[in-house]
Amino acid sequence: MTEPAGRAAVAAVWHIESARIVGALARYTGDFALAEDVAQEALAEALVTWPREGVPRHPAGWLLTVGRRRAIDHFRRHAVQDRKYAVLAQELGEGGTAAGGEPADPLRAGEAVLWDPDQIDDDLLALMFVACHPVLSREARIALTLRVVAGLTSDEIAKAFLVPTATVQARITRAKKALAAAGVPFEVPPPEQRAERLGSVLTVVYLIFTEGSSASAGDALIRQDLANEGQRLARILTRLVPDEPEAHGLLALTELTAARFPARVGKDGEPVLLADQDRRRWDHAAIRRGRAALSRAQQSERGVGAYGLQAMIAECHAVAASVEDTDWERIVSLYDALAHLAPSPVVDLNRAVALSMARGPAAALEAVDAVAADGAWATSHLLPSVRGELLLRLGRGEEARGELERAIKLCGNERERAVLRGKLAGLHPSQNPE
Amino acid sequence: MKYMLIFRADDKALESMATTDFAAMIEKVGKMNDELIRAGVLLAAEGLAGPEESVIVDYSAEPPVVTDGPYGETKELFNGFYILNVASMQEAVEWAKRSPITGPGFKTEIRRVTTIDEMPQDNEWIKKERAWREATGQL
Repeated sequence: MTEPAGRAAVAAVWHIESARIVGALARYTGDFALAEDVAQEALAEALVTWPREGVPRHPAGWLLTVGRRRAIDHFRRHAVQDRKYAVLAQELGEGGTAAGGEPADPLRAGEAVLWDPDQIDDDLLALMFVACHPVLSREARIALTLRVVAGLTSDEIAKAFLVPTATVQARITRAKKALAAAGVPFEVPPPEQRAERLGSVLTVVYLIFTEGSSASAGDALIRQDLANEGQRLARILTRLVPDEPEAHGLLALTELTAARFPARVGKDGEPVLLADQDRRRWDHAAIRRGRAALSRAQQSERGVGAYGLQAMIAECHAVAASVEDTDWERIVSLYDALAHLAPSPVVDLNRAVALSMARGPAAALEAVDAVAADGAWATSHLLPSVRGELLLRLGRGEEARGELERAIKLCGNERERAVLRGKLAGLHPSQNPE
Repeated sequence: MKYMLIFRADDKALESMATTDFAAMIEKVGKMNDELIRAGVLLAAEGLAGPEESVIVDYSAEPPVVTDGPYGETKELFNGFYILNVASMQEAVEWAKRSPITGPGFKTEIRRVTTIDEMPQDNEWIKKERAWREATGQL
C-alpha cells in the first residue's frame, strides 16, 4: 500500500469509527480525557503501521485494542491498579493482576465490544453529552464534538473554521482539563438534567451545520464538508433519541436548508439570492427527507420546538414554486411563534424580511428599526444590508447607499461583500453624487 | 458525496446464497443497515429479486432480442445497492469491506453518483430532466 493511500485509509476508518472507539475507551476507563488521549495515540500508531502493513481486517478493533493498551500503560505509570485496570488487563491478556483463565483474543474482544448494539448507542450518546457539556465554552464544545463524535482531525477542524491548528488543539486540551476539573462523569445525564443538556447538544450540531451552510468568514459561501458533518450528526442524534421532537426538527431543518445549496451558488461561486434561484436545482430528495423528518417532529405530543418551527419555515420555501407563490404570511406567523419560543435578534430580523414580502417594505422598515433599537446588531452586516435593501425598494437611494456601505465594511464573507457592492453600483445614477 | 455500492455475485455465489439460513442472513444484513443508519450515512438501499425472474433485452441485433434471465452464463449479477452519503471514496470502501455477504464470487463495485450539475446546464434535455426530478423527488 502506498503511503498516501495508507493515510487515506486511516482517515476514512477514523472518520467512521472514532466516536465508537473514544466512547468505548471512556466507558472502560471512566475517564473521558484519558480516553481521548489514548485514542489519539492509537490513531498516530495506525498512521505509522497501516501504510506499511496494510489496513487490518478489523480496523476498529485494532484501534480499540491499541487504545486499551495505552490506557493500561497509563494506569501502570500512575499506579492506579483498581478494578477497572484489572478487567482491562485480563481482557487483553496482560496478566499480573488477573487470576487464572485464558486471556481472550484482544481483537475479538474489542470487536465484540464494538458491535454490542446496546452499549454503542449509550456510549455515543454519553459522548455527545460530555462533548457538549455546559461547563465548556461554545468554541470548545464545537471543536470537541467535531473531533470525538464526528471524527475530524484538528487540522480538518482548523481548516473548517479558518483558525490555526494550534488554536484548535489548545481549545481541545483546555476543554478536557475543564471537564476533568468539573468532575463531569462519562454518562447519559439523569432525567432531570436531560432536557437542558440535550438543548446544548442540539445547539452545537446546529452551529456546526450553520457555519457550513453560511460561512461567516473566508471566500467560500458554503462549506459543504462542514454542513455535511452537521447533518450527519443530526441524523445520528435522531437515531439515538428518537422520541425527541427537536432532534427530528433539527434534522428536517438541515435537510431543507441543504436542499437549496445547489441553487445558492452561481457559476463563479457568487451567492444567488432566494428570489433568483433556479428552484429546479434544489435537491428534491433532500426536501422529501426533510419533510419526512419534520412530520416526525410534528407527531410529538410535546408540540414543535424552535428547530421544528425553523424547519417549517424552510418547508414553506421548499414547497413554493417561486418567491411570489410563497406563503409569506404563514412565514411571518411562524417567526412570531419562534420569537415567542426562542427570542433572538436574528429571528426579529428574519421576521422583518418576511414582513417586507408579505406586506411591503414600509411595514418591514418599521420592524427593522425596532430591531435596530436594541443594539444587538451594531457589529453585524446583516441589519444594514436588510435596511439598505428596504430603503432601495422605498426609493430612498441616498439613505440606502449609507446602509450598504456600512454593510460592506462589516461583512466578513468576500462573496457576500461582492453582492453588496453590486447593489451599491446598481443605485440609480441620479442618486450617485458626481 | 454520494456513492453507490453495487452488490454483485456470480452464479456459484448465488447458489451458495440459496443454501444459507435466510433468517441468519436477514439478521446480518439488518445489522449492517443499522450500522449505516447509526453512522448517519445511508440514503437509500434496495435488493433485487433473483435472476429466475429476470428478463434480458439484448441490443446486439436489430430488432433487440428478448430472453428469459441470464442462465448458464457465468457472469456477475447485480443483486442490490446502497446509496451512501460519505466524505470520500475511501470511506465508501471501508463500508463496503463490512458487507456481511462474503465469500468466493461475491463482489461490491463502488461508483460515484454523478450530480445533474455535471451536465451542460443549457441543454434542453437536461432542463427537462431537472423538471422531472422536481416532479418526482428523485435522489
